[in-house]
Amino acid sequence: MNELLWFVSRATGTASIVLLTAVLVLGALTAGRRSRAVSQTVVVGLHRSLALGTSAFLLAHIATAIVETYVSIDWISAVVPFTSGYEPLWVGLGTLAFDIVLAVVATSLPRHRLSRRVWRAVHLTAFALWPMALVHGYAMGTANEPLLRLVPVACALVGGAALVWRALAGHADQTRRRAVLTQEWS
Amino acid sequence: MSTRSRTDRPTLRVDRVACTGHGVCATLLPGSIRLDEWGYPVVLTAAEDGVDDGDEARAAAVRWCPALALYADRSS
Repeated sequence: MNELLWFVSRATGTASIVLLTAVLVLGALTAGRRSRAVSQTVVVGLHRSLALGTSAFLLAHIATAIVETYVSIDWISAVVPFTSGYEPLWVGLGTLAFDIVLAVVATSLPRHRLSRRVWRAVHLTAFALWPMALVHGYAMGTANEPLLRLVPVACALVGGAALVWRALAGHADQTRRRAVLTQEWS
Repeated sequence: MSTRSRTDRPTLRVDRVACTGHGVCATLLPGSIRLDEWGYPVVLTAAEDGVDDGDEARAAAVRWCPALALYADRSS
């Protein structure tokens, strides 16, 4: 049973890294949009629903890591970083990333009741969350299974490419407004 | 007494400053919103052949707007 929990924890953790990367890519595609309205809608929709789905995988990942007794991780380590008895630094990075996920989800669900500035400030911290999760996954993937380390590396490449594209894409809305301003008014 | 009357069907309004032209509203409300040549939404009136897309679609469009720029105004 203990062994099963350990495997489930690793599997859901790896799945969370893949899903987080997908959410990041979809978020970058939303912000740096260069596509048609219909595909934009799909991208925005997927970004939000996948983010919520990722939270479910994360909860399973954390719960199984705590419940199994092979390594000592207490419930407190789920929210307070660097308190784990096992690999305090690397587990702590994951905890920190989870805290940011909680903050991002907690500000995104009641988004209509918050000011745009508050929501945006919290949402931007997600850019810190993603590398932390990758390092956490890479550092903890020490079993004789190369896939555990390959997944964070591959995700870093894909997510990194999305971030570079996002930086190069500029701000579609600003570009468009500038173009509108230069046209002649009749 | 308020000079504004509450109507059953809210009017869609776009916050022009907040709108960033993703086009999500036009996709979800094909009957009542079209995009202008720059990709910004135009809410169609009945005179402009606008068709009501229903309460559910309208609520979804308000919820899914990435810029929080679309809202349903009940006082009109």
